[in-house]
Amino acid sequence: MMLARNVVSIAAVTLLVAAPFGLKPYGVYLLSLWAVMTVAAIGLNLTLGYAGQISLAQASFVGIGAYTAALLTTQGWPLWAAFVAAIALCFVLGWLLGYPALRLQHHYLAFVTLSFATVVFLVFRNEEWLTKGVYGISGIPRPTLLGWSTKAPVDFYFFCLGVLALTAGAAWWLVRSPWGRAFTALRENPIRAASLGVDTRRYTLMAFAIGSALGGVSGVLYAPLVQFIEPTAFALGLSLNLLLMVIVGGAGFFFGPFLGAAVSVLLPEWLRFSEGLYLILYAALVMILMAFCPSGLLGLAERLRKPATRPASGPTLPTSESGFS
Amino acid sequence: MSTILEVRGLEKTFGGIGAVNGVSFDVHQGEILGLIGPNGSGKSTLFNCILGQLAPSAGEVRIDGRPVTSMRPCDLNRLGVGRTFQLLQVFPQLSVRENLILAGQEHQGSMWSRLLGRRDAGLTATANRMIDFFRLTVVADEKAGALSYGQQKLLDVAMAFMAGPRLVLLDEPASGVNPTMLADLRERLRGINETRQATFVVIEHNMAFVMSLCTRILVLAEGRIIAEGTPDEVRGNHGVIEAYLGH
Repeated sequence: MMLARNVVSIAAVTLLVAAPFGLKPYGVYLLSLWAVMTVAAIGLNLTLGYAGQISLAQASFVGIGAYTAALLTTQGWPLWAAFVAAIALCFVLGWLLGYPALRLQHHYLAFVTLSFATVVFLVFRNEEWLTKGVYGISGIPRPTLLGWSTKAPVDFYFFCLGVLALTAGAAWWLVRSPWGRAFTALRENPIRAASLGVDTRRYTLMAFAIGSALGGVSGVLYAPLVQFIEPTAFALGLSLNLLLMVIVGGAGFFFGPFLGAAVSVLLPEWLRFSEGLYLILYAALVMILMAFCPSGLLGLAERLRKPATRPASGPTLPTSESGFS
Repeated sequence: MSTILEVRGLEKTFGGIGAVNGVSFDVHQGEILGLIGPNGSGKSTLFNCILGQLAPSAGEVRIDGRPVTSMRPCDLNRLGVGRTFQLLQVFPQLSVRENLILAGQEHQGSMWSRLLGRRDAGLTATANRMIDFFRLTVVADEKAGALSYGQQKLLDVAMAFMAGPRLVLLDEPASGVNPTMLADLRERLRGINETRQATFVVIEHNMAFVMSLCTRILVLAEGRIIAEGTPDEVRGNHGVIEAYLGH
């Protein structure tokens, strides 16, 4: 099992490194977009998939990150400063957005986050003094790191891939730490979790804050990728798309967002051979998947790999006393 | 014997209907107190008020003399108070071992040290001892959701003891457990009580189980304590018989 996992991992990394060579700029752009959206989806997966807190505001945090990057880098600030600012801003706003989650769950919470998303969208559109409103911000530069210019699409793709690798590494550490276990407990049974000493209030807020901060990281990458941003890119549609990525890939599975983002970003392009029908085909495939496998692609893979079985034998009967400390 | 839990004049009303009506009692260090009563007598509501799941309408709860009324359940747990619930409350997607580690991890260091420290919070050895103690070795790596009801019940109880609590409130630990496993559970509880001087309050409908396990019993009916005493004293109490069988 471990060997198979290692082989798949090496093959995936090789594929990601080799993929942009031989592709046209649009193909490289799509790969970069996949990496950027995967970062945002990893954040949403922490909030929704692990901690069980629904959010329809992830696009807002991508937007906040993108506007932070656009405003700072067009004023001559380096991109790393935008990363720091966006992470801090999104973390604080995500923390505050988490407060309603202490009282509300499910669709009630979804509507609260939707309201937040609407307010953020209105700020992007109407506060022209800051965001230039519907005219957007153009000329967003791509960074140069230690003499390495990422202006070319392939270079910027590798930059995005590097940030994705760092983000994924941090998220991997997080979900495998006691925090990840506490997030899972929060999702599965918050009342029992609290009775075991899990501070559900703090973990809920932290799940929102970290997930939102990763949305901000994604936005900081998105701005120099497209080099022009305007408010509609961060409207509800993107939040729903990110939700789709998490759910289609498999909410609560670490690699779910990678797969979900590939489905959402790349599949429609692959279906273009069907010309006018490609979006209909895409929608039909997603509907079929959700109908037959609501736990997503990785949930389906796990079901196929491990058919539902019960342990063959129960606990042994008491034969001798044993102690514990 | 020192008093570990004090309950004074506890009341809980739901829309004018009193579920718990001025209940007062003490629990002493190292005792196993049974709390029995007919269905709807207010036992679980009383537990939930003591443990911060419900805010009492009146009254006071103290642990080691310290007021803890309406304290958050997670803070109470950190004071050394554990509990189980009437219905099974394990985490089905986590393995048996992970369930146990989770049950103890919040007592290890600070939140930040847990993020940066070991994945098992240094609890694998303790979890393994608990797994052996509750005879769950063969299912230690199985997801809790794949266990039988009886195994999940044992795990549920084991989780309550993982952090080494001094006081544990067990809500119907025997319900749905087969007789063989029930004897096992009773021996486990007695073992913990004797070796660690842990104090239990046990709600139970299984009279044979509660009479053989507890050192003192309180009987609740219509939200009030109607009898108190040793298992033999309670067994012969006319008020108790009337409460169970009706007038």
